[in-house]
Amino acid sequence: MEERGLGMGIEEYLGDTILTTSLDKVVNWARKSSIWPATFGLACCAIEMMATAASRYDIARFGSEVFRASPRQADLLIVAGTVTQKMAPIVKLIYDQMPNPKWVIAMGACAASGGMFKSYAVVQGVDALFPVDVYIPGCPPRPEALLWGIIKLQEKIERETIRGTTL
Amino acid sequence: MKEELTTHLGDRLAAVTEACGELTITVLPEQLLAVARQLRDQEVFAFTFLSDLTGVDCAAGALEVVYHLLSMKHRSRVRIKVRINRGTELPSVAGIWPAANWYEREAYDLLGITFAGHPDLKRILTPDGFSGHPLRKEYPLRGEK
Amino acid sequence: MAAPIAAETAGSEHLILNMGPQHPSTHGVLRVILELDGEVIVNAEPVIGHLHRGVEKLAEHMTYNQVIPLMDRLDYCSPLINNLGYVLAVEKLLGIEIPERAVALRDLLSELTRIQSHLIWLGTHALDIGAMSPLLYMFREREEILDMYEEVWGARMHLAYFRVGGVAADVPKSFLVRARKFLSGFYEKVDMYEALLTENPIWKRRTQGVGIISGDDAIALGLSGPGLRASGIDWDLRKHLPYSGYDRYEFEVPRGTRGDVYDRYLVRIAEMRQATRICVQALEGLPGGPVLAAAPRVVPPEKERVLTTIEGLIHHFKIMMEGYSVPEGEVYAAVESPRGELGFYIRSDGGPKPYRLKVRTPSFANLESLCTMAKGQMIADMVAIIGSIDIVLGEVDR
Repeated sequence: MEERGLGMGIEEYLGDTILTTSLDKVVNWARKSSIWPATFGLACCAIEMMATAASRYDIARFGSEVFRASPRQADLLIVAGTVTQKMAPIVKLIYDQMPNPKWVIAMGACAASGGMFKSYAVVQGVDALFPVDVYIPGCPPRPEALLWGIIKLQEKIERETIRGTTL
Repeated sequence: MKEELTTHLGDRLAAVTEACGELTITVLPEQLLAVARQLRDQEVFAFTFLSDLTGVDCAAGALEVVYHLLSMKHRSRVRIKVRINRGTELPSVAGIWPAANWYEREAYDLLGITFAGHPDLKRILTPDGFSGHPLRKEYPLRGEK
Repeated sequence: MAAPIAAETAGSEHLILNMGPQHPSTHGVLRVILELDGEVIVNAEPVIGHLHRGVEKLAEHMTYNQVIPLMDRLDYCSPLINNLGYVLAVEKLLGIEIPERAVALRDLLSELTRIQSHLIWLGTHALDIGAMSPLLYMFREREEILDMYEEVWGARMHLAYFRVGGVAADVPKSFLVRARKFLSGFYEKVDMYEALLTENPIWKRRTQGVGIISGDDAIALGLSGPGLRASGIDWDLRKHLPYSGYDRYEFEVPRGTRGDVYDRYLVRIAEMRQATRICVQALEGLPGGPVLAAAPRVVPPEKERVLTTIEGLIHHFKIMMEGYSVPEGEVYAAVESPRGELGFYIRSDGGPKPYRLKVRTPSFANLESLCTMAKGQMIADMVAIIGSIDIVLGEVDR
């Protein structure tokens, strides 16, 4: 019985129906298992994002059951596509509208670094606007690559702590 | 179609050439509207569909505006070229082919060509507050800082 | 054509509503400024440019071969057809002839691309209107087509498989087997999609009589593709100004009568069937032979020669690093993309990079008709109308 939970010594008095754990673990487990992305497809990567949400790759298995149209109801901003100079203030606005905790995945070469568009009109990577948690390379990345990115994000969330935050 | 062009438009055309299986007519700016109207309305032409309207930055301060027309009736295409200097205005053909509206806005936005009589000539592709005309040859690819 | 909307000129009872550019149903980053009288749309002004990436300027700094993958990313729902239009234009300028096998392969893959594009279109269009299931079924078929792409050239979306002179390499036999199997079962799948939507009373109520545009208006506004044909105009570049191998195939050009959203839907469903028909003909009549033209100035030598002989290596190096010079001149080559007339205007100054590349994209012109289609409709119809035009913002903004 000492192997279950964090072994605080009270498990033998609590019985089999109660688990002990840390708040961080529970909060992180809840957060990583239900990441709801905002619909933010900009260009070609959006089509692969849709394919990931479709039946063969099925992003819902990983907790992203719905893509929220309103950023105020979303946890994750998957920047899928090229961020142009004209679109940049709007991307920033969407990011600002998302409540904490929020994460950002830069999907594809364009979101990560401007991609093949080294021109006057393209922001060379969305991290010029706000911090990015996971970068997924590819042009476009395969759906499996996007799922890998989500898994990496889940691993990152597992390492977070709520200590010092306002939850 | 080449004979029809020379027969019916003859003196209004500066040149008629054929290359790669395509017909190109060169027109002076003053003749543009009259030629355009005739190409659209005269039955032997029936170029009712404007496929494309764009500009090219030629060297030495000259710009060329290129129109691509399609005649569904005669299954034929023609290209019209008009050469102007930078700063010269060209009459708008939006009254003849409404499709030209956005195309002329794009030519203004990216090349700085102004069209007289256009209902609403403003930038279309570049961001608000953008200055400069990106497709001009002297505009740097990475943008002006 | 839409007059610009400004707060000062709008009637005092009218509401100005902003739609987009972040919106689940605008099919990309499109912004539409709507002027509403209650729920009725008085004016709709699209604001574009949010995906303007400077492709035409970039192309002036790349060699002709380097531009091919750039073109893929314009209409990202039908990448191979962008390939086709561009390489046809360059080949016209160069005056080279393409071997028969390459022509047939190009046609086969282009029509598969058309099917794939219409599947994306219908899945998302139905989703916008509220039908969730068709999307999942259509993406299932689309995945099969993407598997075939992967078999041919390794990528799911942006293949850059067509090259100046033919196609990059021959297709494996397994691809032909897969294609045959897919095509033989596809008519039933289209029947299934129709069973879900065509006689569905909700679908009909939301799409019939909505977003009507007349044939004359369509031509005047530069509308092309299924939108034009749904208004009753018989015009398809594959039939009336054929390119590549299209003059050899038997197929029909479906047309509508009223030019509403429902007709545009019916036309595209019929086009999927006709595209299958063309694919089968291309597949059955696939000739043997090389897949690249004998044009050594333009086509790199076979890999084995490149890797084992010094001449092959130098030849390959020169084409890749310096590019090949294209004769001075200009050309306009147009293909029928799933959205309409996709044209490439290239002006060459004799060098290895295009002096000017203008891509005449169908979605740019088609979007101009939005205001005409939307005037007088209800705001809930806006989503159906935008969906029915089938725009891809990558090619609207370039």
